[in-house]
Amino acid sequence: MTELNLELNKNTSGRYGEYGGQYIPETLMNELDRMTKAYEHYKNDPEFKTELHDLLVDYANRPSLLYYAERMTKDLGGAQIYLKREDLNHTGAHKINNVIGQALLAKHMGKTRLIAETGAGQHGVATATIAAYFGMECEIFMGKKDTDRQRLNVYRMELLGAKVHPVTSGSMVLKDAINAALQDWTKRVDDTFYLMGSATGPHPYPLMVRDFQSVISQESKKQLKEKTGKLPDMVVACVGGGSNAIGSFANYIDDPSVQLVGAEAAGKGVETELTAATVERGSDGIFHGMKSMFLQNKTGQINPVYSISAGLDYPGVGPEHAYLAKTGRAQYVGITDDEAVQAFEYIAKTEGIVAAIESCHAVAYVEKIAPKMRKDQIIVCTLSGRGDKDVASIAKYRGVDIDE
Amino acid sequence: MSKLTDAFKNQKAFIPFVAANDPDFEGTVNNVVALAKGGADIVELGIPFSDPIADGPVIQAADLRALKADPDLPMDTIFDMVKEIRKQTDVPLAFLTYLNIVFQYGYEAFTARCEELGIYGLVIPDMPLEERGELAPIAEKHNVDLIPLVTPISADRIEKIAAAATGFIYVVSSLGVTGERSEFANGLADLVNRIRKVTDVPTAIGFGIHTPEQATEMAQIADGAIVGSACVNIVAEYGRQAPAKLTDYTKQMKAAVNANPVR
Repeated sequence: MTELNLELNKNTSGRYGEYGGQYIPETLMNELDRMTKAYEHYKNDPEFKTELHDLLVDYANRPSLLYYAERMTKDLGGAQIYLKREDLNHTGAHKINNVIGQALLAKHMGKTRLIAETGAGQHGVATATIAAYFGMECEIFMGKKDTDRQRLNVYRMELLGAKVHPVTSGSMVLKDAINAALQDWTKRVDDTFYLMGSATGPHPYPLMVRDFQSVISQESKKQLKEKTGKLPDMVVACVGGGSNAIGSFANYIDDPSVQLVGAEAAGKGVETELTAATVERGSDGIFHGMKSMFLQNKTGQINPVYSISAGLDYPGVGPEHAYLAKTGRAQYVGITDDEAVQAFEYIAKTEGIVAAIESCHAVAYVEKIAPKMRKDQIIVCTLSGRGDKDVASIAKYRGVDIDE
Repeated sequence: MSKLTDAFKNQKAFIPFVAANDPDFEGTVNNVVALAKGGADIVELGIPFSDPIADGPVIQAADLRALKADPDLPMDTIFDMVKEIRKQTDVPLAFLTYLNIVFQYGYEAFTARCEELGIYGLVIPDMPLEERGELAPIAEKHNVDLIPLVTPISADRIEKIAAAATGFIYVVSSLGVTGERSEFANGLADLVNRIRKVTDVPTAIGFGIHTPEQATEMAQIADGAIVGSACVNIVAEYGRQAPAKLTDYTKQMKAAVNANPVR
């Protein structure tokens, strides 16, 4: 594997058109500034880059496979489908790419305590993992509703030595966990690094997360070239906050022939109130440190959101996605719970892969679009995580009674 | 001169806070009028936000109560509350809210209504110095001060923030979120002195103050004291009976900020 190019992003201003910025309390501004400067420094530091590289290879199991899904391709009868297998990473999702990068930065900044928010628990587990690896203190903020429905992941984090705080404020889900993590950070910035899980929040997070996740498309571009000599015609990834999607897109943004598609969680339907389809249903706003697109009411109160997938259950989207949507460089499509669950079962039966329900939003879109494309065309679809964590909830969705 | 700056003239200022629509329209009007009656120099009226990241549990709960009572709670309803308040008092008013609320209404329309109704300032915790540029010229045009926050760890940002300030400067007493405290950060006097070297704009300390003793102590350091959670607690506890309690509390705190400290 070649070293990760952290210089891909020439725009380091923290603004993506009108989106982005640092809309955050004054208490955190100096710390964000220190973080920005540290990142700008270390991303050019050969020692840092070597350490990052070694961790990605030896600890996270990179590069991840680019797998030709032959049975799916044949069955759908259109474009050739390649799956980028982030589900095979250590800890079972793309989240590890980002936590390794940020934790390494935290270490170099002299921080000894990591805090993070988590929805379903994947980012919390990844953060707890890297904290254990670096011998750092770790505290995870997780909405009370999520700690109740993801007890296994709570225990996993505790097993890894992290302290999990169930957040009882607000609607007790991911956005409230972010609020609580930010609030904890304002109390204790000197030794603490807030390890943000998605390409969201104030600058420099969207930039850093994109850079660390861009390993996905750096690899897939090279792997596909080796296999086919071509660029993909389309890249598809699921979008909650948008970290795996921005990483999947990053190395193709300047290749106009490559269509970029983000699959959002439509929940019970984009037209219903039970949705998390931010780009389709949302509007411009300012929240969680960024100007971006959000699901909100007319006054500007942030809406409760819904999706079967706890990982996509977020009322906003990263600022670069808002920009890609606005400029038309990427398209965002809503996938319902029903479609995602069907895709979960479909990819399990056709390819023998139990993929995360989040990732299955992308798979569902591939199922729709591939048959409409020519056989010489290529789709790269990111499987952002593995689906073991979802088996119980899919069974429940299907009305099957299993012992957990 | 700014009406908010004026409120600090010749005396220390006491600045209480209540949340709009907590418990309801009429209650908000009565509460603000009661604070004015007790001698408040400025009243901060909070516009509830679903996710108030700078606020502690007490004000978060007030915001949630207010939004539970009216999930949409249109800005125009809050402006109507101010209209009612203005029939009864000319106490200087400032809004405390989060930027998204102002952004959704439109910066121009929002600050124009503020000017029309006598809202002289905005405290927006998620709008740091670097992001005020999109609102500042519009607010200035409508004579609305953007009240900046300065914290114990603002360090070399202190002078930059102070230099751009109008109205007054909100000095955050300690790290973390709003809510009652028994201790404050060290070095608040140094912080205020650094501000005073740069500007004549008055300072008021907030976050955590709830007792008269604390108010006296903080008013020795700065030009005024801001009290939020303690007032909100009174509203939460006494409901419709809150106005009389708020007036009493304000009288006590107003006396405290202008009292000589017990040494």
